[in-house]
Amino acid sequence: MSSKPRKPPSQFLFKLQRALGGKAGWGGFVLQLLFAAVLVWLVYEIVSNASENLKAQRITAGFGFLANTAGFDVSQNLIPYSGSDTYTRVFFVGLLNTLLVSAIGIFFATVIGFIVALGRLSPNWLLARIATGYVELLRNLPLLFQILFWYLAVLAALPGPRQSISLFGIFFLNNRGLIVPKPIGEPGFESFVLAGLIAIGVSIALWRYSRWQLFQHGKMIRVWPYVLALLIGLPLASVLIFGEPVAFEVPVLKGFNFAGGSRVIPEFVALTLALSTYTAAFIAEIVRAGILSVHKGQMEAGASLGLQRGPVLRLIVIPQALRVILPPLTNQYLNLTKNSSLAVAIGYPDLVSVFAGTTLSQTGQAIEIIGITMGVYLLISLVTSAIMSFYGWRLERSMGG
Amino acid sequence: MKRAYLVFTLAIVAGLSAQSATAQTLKTVKDRGMLSCGVSQGLPGFSSPDDKGNWTGLDVDVCRAIAASIFNDPTKIKFVPLSAKDRFTALQSGEIDVLSRNTTWTLSRDTTLGANFTGVTYYDGQGFLVKKSLKVNSALELNSASVCVQTGTTTEQNLADYFKGNNMKYEVIAFGTADETVKAYESGRCDVFTSDVSQLYAERLKLANPADHVVLPEVISKEPLGPMVRHGDDQWFDLVKWVLFAMVDAEELGITQKNVDEMAKSDKPELKRAFGTDGNLGEQLGVTKDWVIRIVKAVGNYGEAFDRNVGAGSKLQIARGLNQLWNKGGIQYAPPIR
Repeated sequence: MSSKPRKPPSQFLFKLQRALGGKAGWGGFVLQLLFAAVLVWLVYEIVSNASENLKAQRITAGFGFLANTAGFDVSQNLIPYSGSDTYTRVFFVGLLNTLLVSAIGIFFATVIGFIVALGRLSPNWLLARIATGYVELLRNLPLLFQILFWYLAVLAALPGPRQSISLFGIFFLNNRGLIVPKPIGEPGFESFVLAGLIAIGVSIALWRYSRWQLFQHGKMIRVWPYVLALLIGLPLASVLIFGEPVAFEVPVLKGFNFAGGSRVIPEFVALTLALSTYTAAFIAEIVRAGILSVHKGQMEAGASLGLQRGPVLRLIVIPQALRVILPPLTNQYLNLTKNSSLAVAIGYPDLVSVFAGTTLSQTGQAIEIIGITMGVYLLISLVTSAIMSFYGWRLERSMGG
Repeated sequence: MKRAYLVFTLAIVAGLSAQSATAQTLKTVKDRGMLSCGVSQGLPGFSSPDDKGNWTGLDVDVCRAIAASIFNDPTKIKFVPLSAKDRFTALQSGEIDVLSRNTTWTLSRDTTLGANFTGVTYYDGQGFLVKKSLKVNSALELNSASVCVQTGTTTEQNLADYFKGNNMKYEVIAFGTADETVKAYESGRCDVFTSDVSQLYAERLKLANPADHVVLPEVISKEPLGPMVRHGDDQWFDLVKWVLFAMVDAEELGITQKNVDEMAKSDKPELKRAFGTDGNLGEQLGVTKDWVIRIVKAVGNYGEAFDRNVGAGSKLQIARGLNQLWNKGGIQYAPPIR
């Protein structure tokens, strides 16, 4: 009698068991389920208990306040806002101000950081020492001091509006900020934008074509003169044919301040300056570490292929360095975004200042508002790291790693 | 950060504490042997620490009077300095027993914060401080000005209302603390500093050259400032309310820090009631019969406290104005002790 061969356990069931319960199997799964249930119950208890207690203390709870009229003004708003708008609108005004200062801060921090890192690695003695000095000074002073320094020592020292520093009579710099002519759309605006977009599109196509030629046939084609001609020529042609795209409203001194024109407020400048120079010091060290992590044999190999120093850095060293740079760089981006909440010290209307500050004290709904604000910062951070992870994933893929 | 700490305390207290335990603030304070009093971070005349760390000011004296009525010792107080935007959270979370911090009494604050105002220590209004060199004589000439303001105050909303109502444009820059606001004003970032008039006088003293700055004549709002306690503890509410009334009544009855022992021997029925030689009114409040004597000995009557901190006897030199007693042309009026 031949015994039946034993049936192998179902692959699917096994995998499911492994995925749900880990090594402990189904028992582990049950435990996890119980643990999750307890957590949910605990959170529910705390929330319902809190709302009961707040009600008993007659403290207003809930999110109804978001529809109420705010009744205060904000010095910088990217979307139209006035005191008769709601707290929801205040929230978005603050959020956009936070995002603006973060995005611009991240951009400048990255640029300055890379430059300083290359400076520290430079064989030029003086340049390397200056870059080292920059890093050591900036990263070792508390950020709040740096923000206050830029705001109170540098920008506040500028003259008042009536003694503004004027450039060509259209740009004005004073302690109320930088006032520049404001562009106003004219009939030629749309065709101008269209021409610009076409020029950019064609330029990208040209560049890809040259890359393709280089990789497939080893031919170097010089495309940048055409690209330049396109980028300048097409919009210029549009202006000549369809007329000027924009007219400029020139600021004029009227009463206490300038009327007309657009203004960059000093709070924004001070915060951006402090955040980007401070974070750049950290980024510089990260970039330096990344570049140093690439074995020098790689550079020598590139040189022996006949590549010059520029292409060696750009094509061989930086892509490999980026693998090391990217994760800590993401940390710095997140830090910068969160540090932007120090804005409240100099009156920049960011999310923490207008929402978790003014709105909170006017409505008194601390738990809800702090909850929303924490959630928003978490979301911004998660999105930032998702973008960086995606970039890292593409980098890995393109390197075949 | 203090703020995060306060909010988390509030969240934890609200989230974890047993359902609606009846608050017994007076008992808690007596057991602790110390009154916890929320004050400003330094506003001369109202609440500010001197170079030895002793707190003085009109708002401080209200707390000292409460402590005196409970402990017969006006020093048994822990002062908690709070920024404008942290003050209500500190009260809600139980960090402080009473908030005595130039806080304006408004309907929404009275109803939505889970707190009650106990009275008015100072009748104030919002005004504007400008540099004399600007040659501005009226707030109506402030069109297009930049205005510095402290965030988390009624001031921000009054400002918006006033400029909108008068069809004027302005730029507002809001700071977290009074010091930052004044610094920005002094550095020229703003043309105008706006706040309660009493605060303008107080902050002007801190400027490098006070005589170069002037408070404009317009008062654009009503700002009755008073102490606050948590909602739902009527005994504590009554005590804090009546301590202030006692100070005002003491002035009306002519009881002063100097003559209080003399007056205590008086045969006048209203004085005997106040001093507790007749009846037990103090005990009904949860303190002792001689509570008024304790209060007046500690801080004097309302008029004395006013003069010493903000009035003629102080650097601020603010006239009594609305804060004069009702029978002397002002509106300070307290129900009778009987």
